Amino acid sequence: MSRHAPLIALIVALLLPGVVAAQSQGSLMPADDTGAGYPLFPDPGRPRSAVPENVPKPAEQVVAGLSDDSVSITTSFDGSEILIYGAIRREAPIPEGRLDVIVTIEAPSQPMTIWRKQRRLGIWVNTERVEVGAAPSYYAVSSTGPLDQILLPGWDSRYRISLPQALRAFEGAPEVADAPAFTQAMVRLREDDGHFRLDEGGIELAQDTLFRADIRLPANLLEGDYKTRIFLLRDGQVIDVHRAAIEVRKVGLERWLYNLAFDQPLLYGLMSLAVAVLAGWGASAGFRKLRRA
Amino acid sequence: MQIYLPIAEVSVNAFTLMGLGGLVGVMSGLFGVGGGFLITPLLFFIGIPPTIAVATGANQVVASSVSGVLAHMKRKTVDFRMGGVLLAGGLIGSGLGVLVFNILQRLGQVELVVQLCYVVFLGLIGGMMLQESLRALRRARHPTGRRRLHQHNWVHRLPFKMKFRTSGLYISVIPPLLVGVAVGVLAAIMGVGGGFIMVPAMIYLLGMPTKVVVGTSLFQITFVTAFTTLMHAVSYNTVDVMLALLLIVGGVIGAQIGTTLGAKLRAEQLRILLALLVLAVCAKLALDLFLTPDDLYSIVTRVR
Repeated sequence: MSRHAPLIALIVALLLPGVVAAQSQGSLMPADDTGAGYPLFPDPGRPRSAVPENVPKPAEQVVAGLSDDSVSITTSFDGSEILIYGAIRREAPIPEGRLDVIVTIEAPSQPMTIWRKQRRLGIWVNTERVEVGAAPSYYAVSSTGPLDQILLPGWDSRYRISLPQALRAFEGAPEVADAPAFTQAMVRLREDDGHFRLDEGGIELAQDTLFRADIRLPANLLEGDYKTRIFLLRDGQVIDVHRAAIEVRKVGLERWLYNLAFDQPLLYGLMSLAVAVLAGWGASAGFRKLRRA
Repeated sequence: MQIYLPIAEVSVNAFTLMGLGGLVGVMSGLFGVGGGFLITPLLFFIGIPPTIAVATGANQVVASSVSGVLAHMKRKTVDFRMGGVLLAGGLIGSGLGVLVFNILQRLGQVELVVQLCYVVFLGLIGGMMLQESLRALRRARHPTGRRRLHQHNWVHRLPFKMKFRTSGLYISVIPPLLVGVAVGVLAAIMGVGGGFIMVPAMIYLLGMPTKVVVGTSLFQITFVTAFTTLMHAVSYNTVDVMLALLLIVGGVIGAQIGTTLGAKLRAEQLRILLALLVLAVCAKLALDLFLTPDDLYSIVTRVR
């Protein structure tokens, strides 16, 4: 059932007339640019607007490359460093105003539950929860400056750039009164354990043209396609987006064990038992021989 | 050296895991306990997801109990008939336990129930062991008359009696079956063998002679934990063989060191030390339940 959720969301998004109109105009302007306070935690009741695709030919364009477009998870994998480098291409002389670059890397999403504890009969028990339909298992933002200074909130919510915005839809109606408190806690917890990273000032922009960003992927990576986006901003407004994918895959022994565990669980279970029995028997036999010698 | 665990999808230090297995192995060699009840909470502590810690813990117990039961079979101290009855109960209990585990996981209460189980059982066992070893120390100083083989109580009035020749018993099959079920449930929920429950139950409740108790309980544990591992692997894909292998390698080496060490130390004092250790772990877990946690919120990722 939950596997069809993205599909349903897509259909709903396509049927929403406002969104369709905005897309057909080919405008980059956000639907509502009210500029509500930053950081803004999304209201679960509000429908999400669709992320627009690139529109043709802005005055300034991003040209970028990645040091790796695939990451292999081997047995000894302990994280990976991705270097993102690029330049800004223009036909005309450099316009006036503030120029900024933001780079985001987003891991595949997974459903999760946020629990809140309460004291019951003297012990702390999980009592209230909010189900998050899909949230990235890893999300990193690197930028040329503090996000609240270089990015207008309307553009942020349109492209879902900052950490709170990157969270996707909640599942159904939340059962609790203060859902934003849960979202806030989730961002805080994920930041603490290194799954959400914000590196304001991590990008160096040289002569308003060349930039580079180093982003470290942690060791605890999930498999899948990691979406990389590079935003070019002029005075807080997004003027160009460059997208690329990093493919993260288990290889070798990791791949084989994972496939076996999910495709042939019985065989995998029996193999785990065989390993355990052999190890137990081998150890006692081996040490007995050792002691006799 | 970092190792990426294929099922847990976390990267951990291989030497930490082997050290952990080794430490628990030394304790099991020293004190004659399986060590499952120490490994599972330690795995929680280093960041292995609880579901995977429990399933893989069961797999690790298979390895340590196999090597134990082989040694006991050589000494002919395994009551296969009693083991079979306990096993029948154990398989039922294990099936129930895996079901309960799944329900708890959906309710978000796995951690709480597992923690509560640990507090209750570690408290009981620690207290019992401390009392028993203090009494043994006192008895060593003031020797008294011989105790009776076993007392007759309500256990001996139940129907469906059966002869257990190796144990020299003629009792109803209901109590051993129930003991088996209880241990099976614990094995599935806590990722332990349950020897620490079964051994006292066999001695005090069933009245089995001490010399066959350890071998018989190991016999039952081997099969129940093997069944539990298989159930977890087939229904929830939560057994991480790489993690199990690292723990087992550390564990078997540690067990041999522990056995050698144990021969050089005095038994009663060792038992008091173990009792104090078990009580300390229990107190730590209990405090976590009662004190206000650092963070009221927690995130649980669900299966895709």
